[in-house]
Amino acid sequence: MAQTAQLVPYDEALGRYEPVIGLETHVELGTRTKMFCGCPTTFGLEPNSAVCPVCLGLPGSLPVANRASIEYTIRIGLALNCSIATWCRFARKNYFYPDMPKDFQISQYDEPLCTDGWLDVAVEGQTFRVGIERVHLEEDTGKSLHMGGATGRIHGADYSLVDYNRAGIPLVEVVTKPVTGTGALAPAVARAYVTELRDLLRSLNVSDVRMEEGSLRCDVNTSLAPRDASEWGTRTETKNVNSLRSVERAVRFEIERQAAVLDAGRKVVQETRHFHEEDGTTAAGRSKEEAQDYRYFPEPDLVPVAPDAGWVEQIRASLPEVPAARRARLQADWGLSELDMTALRNAGALDLVEATIAAGAPAAEARKWWLGELARHANETGTELSALPITPAQVARVSALVQSGTLNDKLARQVLDGVLAGEGDPDAVVEARGLAVVSDDSALTEAVDAAIAADPDVAAKIRDGKTAAAGALVGAVMKTTRGRADATRVRELILERLS
Amino acid sequence: MTAELTQLTAAEIAAAVAAGEVSAVEVTQAHLDRIVEVDADVHAFLHVAGIGAIAAAEDVDRKRAAGEPLGPLAGVPLALKDVMATADMPTTCGSKILQGWRPPYDATVTRRLRDAGVVILGKTNMDEFAMGSSTENSAYGPSHNPWDLSRIPGGSSGGSSAAVAAYEAPLAIGTDTGGSIRQPAAVCGIVGTKPTYGGSSRYGLVAFASSLDTPGPLARTVLDAALLHEVMSGHDPCDSTSVDAPVPPVVAAARQADVAGLRIGVVAEFSGDGYQAGVQARFTEAVDLLESLGAKVVEVSCPHFTYALPAYYLIAPSECSSNLARFDGMRYGLRTGDDGTRSADEVMSLTRAAGFGPEVKRRIMLGTYALSSGYYDAYYGKAQQVRTLICQDFDAAFEQVDVLVSPTTPTTAFAIGERADDPMAMYLADLCTIPSDLAGNAAISVPCGLAPEDGLPVGLQVMAPALADDRTYRVAGALEAALQQRWGGPLLAQAKGLA
Repeated sequence: MAQTAQLVPYDEALGRYEPVIGLETHVELGTRTKMFCGCPTTFGLEPNSAVCPVCLGLPGSLPVANRASIEYTIRIGLALNCSIATWCRFARKNYFYPDMPKDFQISQYDEPLCTDGWLDVAVEGQTFRVGIERVHLEEDTGKSLHMGGATGRIHGADYSLVDYNRAGIPLVEVVTKPVTGTGALAPAVARAYVTELRDLLRSLNVSDVRMEEGSLRCDVNTSLAPRDASEWGTRTETKNVNSLRSVERAVRFEIERQAAVLDAGRKVVQETRHFHEEDGTTAAGRSKEEAQDYRYFPEPDLVPVAPDAGWVEQIRASLPEVPAARRARLQADWGLSELDMTALRNAGALDLVEATIAAGAPAAEARKWWLGELARHANETGTELSALPITPAQVARVSALVQSGTLNDKLARQVLDGVLAGEGDPDAVVEARGLAVVSDDSALTEAVDAAIAADPDVAAKIRDGKTAAAGALVGAVMKTTRGRADATRVRELILERLS
Repeated sequence: MTAELTQLTAAEIAAAVAAGEVSAVEVTQAHLDRIVEVDADVHAFLHVAGIGAIAAAEDVDRKRAAGEPLGPLAGVPLALKDVMATADMPTTCGSKILQGWRPPYDATVTRRLRDAGVVILGKTNMDEFAMGSSTENSAYGPSHNPWDLSRIPGGSSGGSSAAVAAYEAPLAIGTDTGGSIRQPAAVCGIVGTKPTYGGSSRYGLVAFASSLDTPGPLARTVLDAALLHEVMSGHDPCDSTSVDAPVPPVVAAARQADVAGLRIGVVAEFSGDGYQAGVQARFTEAVDLLESLGAKVVEVSCPHFTYALPAYYLIAPSECSSNLARFDGMRYGLRTGDDGTRSADEVMSLTRAAGFGPEVKRRIMLGTYALSSGYYDAYYGKAQQVRTLICQDFDAAFEQVDVLVSPTTPTTAFAIGERADDPMAMYLADLCTIPSDLAGNAAISVPCGLAPEDGLPVGLQVMAPALADDRTYRVAGALEAALQQRWGGPLLAQAKGLA
């Protein structure tokens, strides 16, 4: 698509230049209704069905701020160690675009609700403190679908469709201060920051933070300066980087690209760039010269927001444990490795494992089932673990059945399949499918005798003391019992018979 | 009987309907007949809703017959400025860009009128988007002053003032942003009130300048204005800037009509150069009359009022440049140039070029400039500082006096076409009314006689602190009673334009 950019190999680039990064993250709040009207915020409704005169910006309509959205923003600000404004105003950001119903966006400009905080991020054993410049509240725009044309952008499209269901959903923007001193870890720090922020927002219960549904969206700023320079370089802003992996790739690509520009003695252009998911590259968008003048001014249709100190303290007191502290506590409690914890976190399985352990399963078992069989199932069906039709209590029950010897691992997997297929609780599946391990000697003897009779050569070897050969007969018995036999007992019986 | 019905005041009509002496349908029909008779000359209406009006009147008659309680203005016809949203009538704001647009909802004021049994006859002409002082900026042609059809009826609520002065309706709704109720009331010889900002809801009022726009009543008597004021006012949860306080006792004050002991301040700055001699003479006589009724009159200086006009012409255009952005042809109203070859940007530009008149374009450009990066502080920011100084002038004045008075306008009604090509001359019509809008406090205009040189009506303005609207009615009521005694009847009886 875009012309191929000149790149400098990553390590070489880092040898000569020091990167500075910054992130702007947009988060759709999970309030029940929109920012300034009573329309629902539900994702995936019929286009233009969740709209009213206010979120359509019809002439004469007026906004009324949603108290919950202000409370959620304060929650986020407090969790990010910010100061909360005692008085602030909304502002209008003016620009024309068909998916903006009023052709201005109600946002915040020089008076954000939350300022000056931080979030600690761990990468490869090092902790980086990412400064938070501001957290402010605004309304989301509608969503444009550009039909026809090669790029999916408005230029070159045959026509465009607009869905205003998203217009007016409360959106929080979290802006970091410039992050310096990360060196070669810059891409990883960027990714770790977004991951940590996502987990924090999830724990605050303010957003469903689904990057794939656009409820969390990132713009990534990157600049490079020669290692001996006293000033930072010119930054680019890469827009709409919408997965954790892409955040990392976008920073890495910009470092390689900007290094090539600087190496060639040219200047990095201050511009917005688009990230291409397919090949991990970025391409030039709007430059600073073309940048719009948004003509911000205080929103005259809304009264100032002045959260009283008592309310703020009440919100502070209700904040949950921050994810990093919780992870440390759980890791110690469960005795899991750092690697296990990272895997659980990336799979979004921490809550599920915690609940499974609470329901009686040993930590190792809970980890094994959620990251093994259940993760495989989620992958195959393209769902998230938390969306699987199985509860932690059911997983704990399967684990208990394995512990008691009623099930072996192979049978347990079949029970999980049954539960996922909607056949009922684990016990019901065991019953209905007849899956319990058979360890009763009388039931097994017949199968053992048949196996010995069917393979006299192997039987002879075992009689000669080559007990390792017993595996073949065990396998035969397991086959005839369709995996239900207690393999340990079968082996014992074979050896007894042939001793 | 028909002719007599249109001569009645709103209070008289309401009483007659409630007593069963006349039906609401008869009253409504009489006014519809009057519209047919005179509106070809006056052009007060952009839309007459005869069928809807009769249906609303029938509803009142049915309720009365059933013994259901009736509101204080049930069965009284009213003319509604075409800036208020009506679900059953077009709402054009006097602009081509909204030609034929029917809102899917009623403004709060519209709904309150309907709920009170007020019969809405139709929508009245206005300067496009309420920008102007003569109705000459209407895309649908000017309205004419019933006193002299070659003269302007004031603006922007000129259709409303003309309808009331021509006996087409006993009541009308206007909106006041810089004087758009009081100036037309003054030049048409009727009563017009700008309530305290936020005292009447803006929900459904198509915005010109959000921090200034205030809907209010026009009527032929002070009591009628008060009755309508009370019906249309009160807190509205759909308007964040709506005042959550009881409606001031304006009806009681209009009936009390007593100024004994009241301290009245004459604004020193609103006299001298530019003030028509006859306007000045009538105003001074009226002040003397108030003094003779027991008021204590002093001269008060409000030094910053001189800067009100320039400040207003930065603040109002700034807000309008943003408020009117939504008229882009994408969702409703006019769309120009959408022939399948043009981009959305081009269609927006062509639509706005074709749909807005010259004064609207002038103000959008003024406001866009005033909010631009690099100019904001010098223009919009400075104007807001002036606004604060004007509020302080009012505060200081109201330490000394209970109300302030001035001529409503420097001159009587000018001829249609006289100032159409001279925006500055046009803007001066609002010189005395703008300070109350900038401060958001209460004001009224009441007739105080005819200027001897042209035989046209002169208005006296009474200004009171925010939420002290009742004081303006006390003074206006007392003056009206005393003057009518002197004149031997209402001032309007002397009008000859429609004779």
